[in-house]
Amino acid sequence: MSHAVQEVLALTQRWIRRLSREKFSMLFTLVQPMLFWLIFFGNLFQRAANTQLFQTENYMSFLAAGVVVMTVLNNGLAGGVDLLFDKENGFLERLMSTPIHRASIIVSRYLFVMLITCLQILVILTVAFFFGVTPETGLAGVAVILVIGMLFGVGLTAISMAMAFSVKSHGDFFSVLGFLSLPMIFLSSALVPLTAMPAWMRAVAYFNPMTWVIEAIRPLILSGWAAAIPQVLTALAILLVFDAICLYGGARAFRRAIG
Amino acid sequence: MSSSIAIEVVDLEKTYGTVTAIQDLSFTVLPGEIFGLLGPNGAGKSTTLRILITILPPTRGQARVWGYDVVKEADAVRQVIGYVPQERAIDRFLTGREHLLLLADLYHLPKREALNRINELLKLVDLEAHADRLAKTYSGGMKRKLDIACGLLPNPRIVFLDEPTLGLDVQSRLRIWDYIRELRRRGLTIVMTTNYLEEADQLCDRLAIIDGGRIRVMGSPKELKTALGGDTLCLRADPSQTEPLDRLHAALKTLPFIRDSRRQGYELLIRVDAPDKALPAILEAAHRVNCHIESIDYHRPRLDDVFLAYTGHRFQEPTQ
Ligand SMILES: Nc1ncnc2c1ncn2[C@@H]1O[C@H](COP(=O)(O)OP(=O)(O)OP(=O)(O)O)[C@@H](O)[C@H]1O
Ligand SMILES: [Mg+2]
Repeated sequence: MSHAVQEVLALTQRWIRRLSREKFSMLFTLVQPMLFWLIFFGNLFQRAANTQLFQTENYMSFLAAGVVVMTVLNNGLAGGVDLLFDKENGFLERLMSTPIHRASIIVSRYLFVMLITCLQILVILTVAFFFGVTPETGLAGVAVILVIGMLFGVGLTAISMAMAFSVKSHGDFFSVLGFLSLPMIFLSSALVPLTAMPAWMRAVAYFNPMTWVIEAIRPLILSGWAAAIPQVLTALAILLVFDAICLYGGARAFRRAIG
Repeated sequence: MSSSIAIEVVDLEKTYGTVTAIQDLSFTVLPGEIFGLLGPNGAGKSTTLRILITILPPTRGQARVWGYDVVKEADAVRQVIGYVPQERAIDRFLTGREHLLLLADLYHLPKREALNRINELLKLVDLEAHADRLAKTYSGGMKRKLDIACGLLPNPRIVFLDEPTLGLDVQSRLRIWDYIRELRRRGLTIVMTTNYLEEADQLCDRLAIIDGGRIRVMGSPKELKTALGGDTLCLRADPSQTEPLDRLHAALKTLPFIRDSRRQGYELLIRVDAPDKALPAILEAAHRVNCHIESIDYHRPRLDDVFLAYTGHRFQEPTQ
């Protein structure tokens, strides 16, 4: 057991080191969602936003939930990238020739992705706070947001890692990534409320787990506990199923690739 | 366990889809020796090594490393081996020392022991001065040295080196040969692959020549060369001399002292028993069939002659 801890900590530390040395990439990862989506998009559409439709005066407070979940989405789907590079340059082979638990690599990757995602969510909510967005449910609500975000991230990271282990080239990986992430965003309630969507789009959005995650986080920011609790419970139930499927698929891909 | 055999491989086979990478591979490695797998690109050397270090399951056959089965007792195997992969498996964003610290944790070394061993290894491979620089600033030779240090960190009984000197300049290559000999002195068993005839000849105690996924012949370099017997004459003719060369090739069949001859491009490779007697006879035959010879080269058997004799084609070394 203590061996597993030693392995996981060492591997996680490596991921953190890599990120911290890629200064540009780190800056981009941390700043991009806030700068682009929250501030730019938020201010741009503030004027176009119909107060009635968005249930709030401030489009940014509507958008905050979407940006939080988009960040979880991007981090999760990119969670396998470093493993892909390790696979391609032979580092993974070196790791696999050591007497570690096979799962330690995976676990370290989860830890790292979760850590980064939590940090980003906190930064986003802080920036939003300075633009006048105060979560109605307070700090406890923020904690619930983090938990829901993490649960969504687990499944996404599993998808990403499964892909990293299965694809033939990293070109394939990034194509699939691009193919997945944009529709996930636009066919969810990240940018517009479900009620404002055409019927067909709304129907599709209902099958997108991302919608349910957003629909749980949004009332935590906009409305308060009474409105949020049923939504949060629904999201938790859906995420349980989502994660189970993703983890199962991920474990299979991993076993096929590494044995 | 007490080991009179370090590695035992029986009827090993690996197929990737329809491609057969290796087949009918059987060999043993003795403790304390440098065992080489010599073969051209795609011969199946890395595939063999990957199976032995437990990261690739064989399609058929068995392999035991230090007495442990590479499939059923993979974890035990991993405890006794070190591995130096063929690709420079280096993380550009870590320093040399950080590579070793990471591996120390993966091998579960206690902190103090890890630090001592890391310093010792950095000294062995002359990387002390560069240990705290990011690996992306390393030269090819330095990366290779770091690779080797990584392979030695667990203090293994057997270390696997996949083409340890591929692409290095002569100077670095000689350094690496020194390290490898030093390891043998310390009692390690070494299994290495190589693409270089000279490396196999100079460094390996025993070697298996592998081509097309099969072992063609096995033995110490000296044994292999002696067993071949005879010396090698290489006649080179002008490209315009295709037909005369054919005639000469045919004429050789009737001469004494000649073991065999092969036509290879504009060359005839002739193995002879007694060069002092064979040479005049060959020259005379050339004169008779009107074949113009550009150069004649004569040497004692070399590993490339061994390779040619057992595989039927010449060894292609990678060009640098
Ligand atoms: N993952 C793979 N999928 C399909 N074929 C493979 C795979 N790995 C190796 N092969 C094939 O197996 C054969 C042996 O490859 P291997 O890498 O073992 O050769 P090698 O002797 O190490 O060559 P080199 O000197 O170029 O490193 C080659 O024909 C190669 O194309
Ligand atoms: Mg190879």
